[in-house]
Amino acid sequence: MNTQTLTEPASATARRPLSVQLREALPSALRKLDPRALLASPVMLVVELGAVLTTVMTVVDPGTTSVGVTIWLWLTVLFGNLAEAVAEGRGKAQADSLRALQEETTAYRLTGRPDPARGSLLDRPAEVVPSTSLRPGDLVVVTAGERIPGDGDVVEGVASVDESAVTGESAPVIRESGGDRSAVTGGTIVLSDRIVVRISSEPGHSFVDRMIALVEGSERQRTPNEIALNVLLTSLTAIFLVVVVTLYFIADHSDAGQSVLVLTALLVCLIPTTISALLSAIGIAGMDRLLQRNVLAMSGRAVEAAGDVDVLLLDKTGTITLGNRQACAMLPVAEVPDADLADAALLSSLADETPEGRSIVALVRGDDARPPVPATATLVPFSASTRMSGVDLPGRSVRKGAASAVSRWVEEQRGVVSHQVGELVEGISRSGGTPLVVAEQRAGEEPRVLGVVHLKDVVKPGMRERFAELRSMGIRTVMVTGDNATTAAAIAEEAGVDDVLAEATPEDKLALIRREQEGGRMVAMCGDGTNDAPALAQADVGVAMNTGTTAAKEAGNMVDLDSDPTKLIDVVEIGKQLLITRGALTTFSVANDVAKYFAILPAMFVVAFPGLDVLNVMRLSSPESAILSAVIFNALVIVALIPLALRGVRYRPSSAAALLNRNLLIYGVGGIVAPFVGIKLIDLLVSTLPGA
Amino acid sequence: MSDVLPALGQAVVLVAALALSTPLLGGHLARTYTSERHLRPERLTYRLLRVDPDADQTWRTYALSVLGFSLVGLLLLFGLGRLQQHLPLSLGFDALPADGAWNTAVSFVANTNWQWYSGEAAAGHLLQAAGLTVQNFVSAAVGMSVAAAFARGLARSRAGGRVGSFWTDLVRSLVRVLVPIAVVGATALAVGGVVQSWHGPRDVTTLTGGSQPVLGGPVASQEAIKELGTNGGGFFNANSAHPFENPTPVTNLLEIFLILLIPFAMAWAFGLIVKDKRQGGAVLAVMALLLGVSTALLTWAEMAAPGTAPTLAGGAMEGKEVRFGEAGSALFGAATTGTSTGAVNAMHDSFTAPGGGLTMFNMMLGEIAPGGVGSGLYGMLVLAVVAVFLAGLMVGRTPEYLGKKISQREIVLVALYVLTTPVLVLAGTALALSVPAGLAGLQESGPHGLSEALYAVTSASNNNGSAFGGLTSGTPFWNTLLGTCMLLGRFVPIVLVLALAGRFAGAQRLPAGAGTLPTHRPLFVVLLSGVAVVVVGLTYVPVLVLGPIVESLS
Amino acid sequence: MKTLFSLYRQSLAGLRAMLVATLVLGLAYPLVVQGAAAVAAPWASQGSMVTADGERTTDPDEAVGSVLIGQVVDDPDLFQPRPSAAGDGYGYDTLASAGSNLGPESPDLVALVQERRAEVATREGVTVSQVPVDAVTASGSGLDPHVSVAYAELQAPRVARAQGLDVADVEALVRAHTDGRTLGVLGEPRVNVLELNAAVLRAADDD
Repeated sequence: MNTQTLTEPASATARRPLSVQLREALPSALRKLDPRALLASPVMLVVELGAVLTTVMTVVDPGTTSVGVTIWLWLTVLFGNLAEAVAEGRGKAQADSLRALQEETTAYRLTGRPDPARGSLLDRPAEVVPSTSLRPGDLVVVTAGERIPGDGDVVEGVASVDESAVTGESAPVIRESGGDRSAVTGGTIVLSDRIVVRISSEPGHSFVDRMIALVEGSERQRTPNEIALNVLLTSLTAIFLVVVVTLYFIADHSDAGQSVLVLTALLVCLIPTTISALLSAIGIAGMDRLLQRNVLAMSGRAVEAAGDVDVLLLDKTGTITLGNRQACAMLPVAEVPDADLADAALLSSLADETPEGRSIVALVRGDDARPPVPATATLVPFSASTRMSGVDLPGRSVRKGAASAVSRWVEEQRGVVSHQVGELVEGISRSGGTPLVVAEQRAGEEPRVLGVVHLKDVVKPGMRERFAELRSMGIRTVMVTGDNATTAAAIAEEAGVDDVLAEATPEDKLALIRREQEGGRMVAMCGDGTNDAPALAQADVGVAMNTGTTAAKEAGNMVDLDSDPTKLIDVVEIGKQLLITRGALTTFSVANDVAKYFAILPAMFVVAFPGLDVLNVMRLSSPESAILSAVIFNALVIVALIPLALRGVRYRPSSAAALLNRNLLIYGVGGIVAPFVGIKLIDLLVSTLPGA
Repeated sequence: MSDVLPALGQAVVLVAALALSTPLLGGHLARTYTSERHLRPERLTYRLLRVDPDADQTWRTYALSVLGFSLVGLLLLFGLGRLQQHLPLSLGFDALPADGAWNTAVSFVANTNWQWYSGEAAAGHLLQAAGLTVQNFVSAAVGMSVAAAFARGLARSRAGGRVGSFWTDLVRSLVRVLVPIAVVGATALAVGGVVQSWHGPRDVTTLTGGSQPVLGGPVASQEAIKELGTNGGGFFNANSAHPFENPTPVTNLLEIFLILLIPFAMAWAFGLIVKDKRQGGAVLAVMALLLGVSTALLTWAEMAAPGTAPTLAGGAMEGKEVRFGEAGSALFGAATTGTSTGAVNAMHDSFTAPGGGLTMFNMMLGEIAPGGVGSGLYGMLVLAVVAVFLAGLMVGRTPEYLGKKISQREIVLVALYVLTTPVLVLAGTALALSVPAGLAGLQESGPHGLSEALYAVTSASNNNGSAFGGLTSGTPFWNTLLGTCMLLGRFVPIVLVLALAGRFAGAQRLPAGAGTLPTHRPLFVVLLSGVAVVVVGLTYVPVLVLGPIVESLS
Repeated sequence: MKTLFSLYRQSLAGLRAMLVATLVLGLAYPLVVQGAAAVAAPWASQGSMVTADGERTTDPDEAVGSVLIGQVVDDPDLFQPRPSAAGDGYGYDTLASAGSNLGPESPDLVALVQERRAEVATREGVTVSQVPVDAVTASGSGLDPHVSVAYAELQAPRVARAQGLDVADVEALVRAHTDGRTLGVLGEPRVNVLELNAAVLRAADDD
């Protein structure tokens, strides 16, 4: 499992001290002062308009307080921009390293009509074209040492490919035609052999292009919840605008008239600047945290949806159990000699590249070497619908696969399956193993079952605890497996999942997702094969493995570059963390207003009504310094919370009630208390300034 | 005058009565709004109205029914006021002036029952009974219907925005709830000493040889529905302080009970309608908590009697009746402002400064603790949506209330709802304090004068109807301003709430799990109460500072 | 347009509903209540009037007032009610029920309280600090029929003197006309001025 971060420069950016990141983001933050850039955030726009207003008034009638307030209002806007710029800056470095992959390369495009029936494609003539001229459907040949000119699927050959530039994984990966490991990414390098790739993307719309757009945040669209939150923040701003504007007239009636400067300061302190300034940074940082874990979210909506997931569909193999099930015993049917079963099992596994197939070969031969497949053999590949594989030789057919599938095959050929097979299968299943039934048919004979191979599943360590965590978060895990119900139940029991979908075909999976969604539940799943694509598309959160087919990657709304299915759990946690961070800072922002009132209101009216001095609970030194201190606190708290916005609030999986309890205490009660302390401290400093 | 122990004792009696009535009436209300059966008088009514009682209206049609019905009611009442001198039983009173008739028509249709006139000097028996009493009933029924529609919207799943039939809700609210309770309540009040006759003023020769008219009128019948429907418009100018409206401490408690009866029961019914009793319980708990705290503070303020005049007099008995004392007046004051009733058994204008401020704050909460009949429930539920949205994210899910996702469209409606009343209150107050026509109505200058204006606009915009009575509001300026506030403060929120009900009714109701924000636990009760107080506090504290707070601290 | 038409149609249904409601709720309902009240409370529903002898009556011609409504006591030798803001002069105008609506910081109210304190103290021959609160404050209705027990007791010696009665007898009358708290918790102990004065006059006549 790869735990490396996406690319070296990216992690280096993230590791650099915040002060450096802030400095680097400054130019971008200044550019964002353009009011048009602030249209998306009405709250910050109001702050900027307020700053303009006080600037004009300060120019007309300068004074220490008005200069101070004006400066800090501008800084408030700037700090907000800074937060966003820092978040964006983190993606920039990653984007730069990805851009290197996009250099134009030379491609060898096959000419003539593709005709796979006649000989190898590799023998066909090729023309030299620039990679930018490739269109979907073009066939290109790539030889060791060359860059793959565009995204596509391997249609012929097998090669080891260096994908480190995209995934950060330094070990080369095997890419071969057919099956679920055929997808290649443009810009990655072929290390050995030659392959023919069918190009699947238009120029400029490749996987790397999308990655660049994603990490730079340029493609970032605001997510539904973010938009809704913005509506609420805007309406709060509208209320406070009404409060402040009407206060101008009402205060006048009370002979306690207030200057526009003071009212502007009050307005800026009351409107939810903190959360508004950090809102987009939180969103970008959420995507960034996924990237740090090598997951590419194709839309922010998917990240939000991840927080809402109720049901997690997890493939058993590779996710809950270690990918390689090991053959541990051969159990022949009564009258069959051990050697016959071993021979048939070996024969049917020679071309079987799965870990199970390899383990059968290893069990029979006692070593890892693999004898060649007889030239006369016709391979019958495994498919998810037949759920068996095998080999056809002249006069002899061998099949191995799930008990039900092989039994059906035997019975279709008018063979008889003895009770004993059932007993053997049952025994293995009950122990949590996977029975693999081996059968053969010789010419002129009835087909017969030779015996059963016992495959043992190994549940990954620590899964039980993770599922318990998920359960406490209210998420149900469903294990999806092709195994029969008994086997599946035994493993489910061992791993501690909540539910099981046994003997699952892709259609079953899709139906399960639909069923859950109809009940109003959000479903997350991961998959890699082409036959997973419909389910990936249907799921609310579909994480495609990078090793998977292009179809799967297109269908999902996230791609895991590490191809690690357990990542799904991380994705859910990051989604939740994103929402919690938003909620926590909103609560904090609104709670802050309580203290600001205690600072500003007595300051505004104490001259007209000396009795109000009682409300000056912070004992701020003067009305002027009280107002200035509140404005300064309001600006500084944005900077102080940038790290939190980027990192996300601490999140430990637990029930909603416990989370609410904890976060309300920290960000609600903390939000009320913090500014009392902060404003008092700033006031102590401000009051030492001359003229204040 | 009051002592602490009896003050606590009367609260205990009230709480016990409500604890008994709330589940009983709540269950009845839930059945009223979900039952498939029509009673015989109801079927007759539907035939007369020519409506289909089983029609399931979309929120839009429902809202148009509410508006159409209220519009007709408004025009009829305006007509009754303008034509009074030509009608029987007018007691010789003249027609109301145009601005006054408009104000009164809006006021009673909007369940506010603000009174710029004094009943015994301006309204004849026919206007009182056929005009005002009728609106006391139907405006209350409108509020209950809207709340029922909202609860159904939350309860339904993928119902295509259909929220029920307004006409059915209206008729059932009247036939099954308001009329039966009002008849019993009115009779009980009459036994307690409330007048019920068709006499005009009849002179008696007093003990010392003077002459004093003894008034009559259908008072008890109006008094019962005035409290039960959280209307608050008094038959007499002095409202429930008048001995003929509220003669004894027993009728006083009965009236307070009638005020609180339906608002609390609606919360219970809500839990039953959404098929989760605990949700109703949580809403009820928030209402009870807020009302409990405000009652305690108000009682404390009146009994402690701070301020120059109360200190000099030795207590805060100005504007209060001896039979009720400070405690009985404070309890009534909290109940009437915590609901949108606006009846008073003591003059709020003469309350202590913190006491007067508290009654204003109660109204500013948006009449949710426990609020008007119906309007209290939907107001509280809208606030619950705000609370869920603000804090709900903190459990790591996009916000949902009762399994309904709160997305952009919903939050826009909620935001507009939350904006409406503060804008009316603050803009109206600023206007009144800035123009001579507004200032002319104030009895006092300084902070208390500001409070008079603020109280009036707050009361009108929140459909309460009580007043700092020193304000002279029977002028074209005040009648128009307050009439506008009452109209918008009633019907804009109703339309928004129905739109929200339609959205919820169209959405799927998601199942709750361990990951969903629990909205029935004590923590949520505290959260919702906190959101209510903080959001309202932040909106109104500046203006409260210049009014009652300054007055309290001077 | 469609919306307007729909509003029109709903308004027609609304009109029918309002007509039905006016008949049922505006006329039938008060009459039903009236009937019930006439049976259940024949005296109280007519205004709780009493004669000078303390008998209940529904005839205004033989009544001296309603026990529920305070009245001006135009006789310095009787118990005085609270100040009243209902109408002009001494108040207690049933056609103008009202409180003063003066705020707690109102200079007018402060002046009024000061004035009343001095007046009552002089009248009863006590110091101003002995004047109870209800003696110097106007009620909410301006028609408060009661005074506090303290205020009644304060007045008892003066009334006894003026009526030629024993102070102890008058104090006994005060006690006899004192209503306690209902159930021990509801309301405040209070003395009905009209009933007390009537009793005092009867006692003085008997003497």
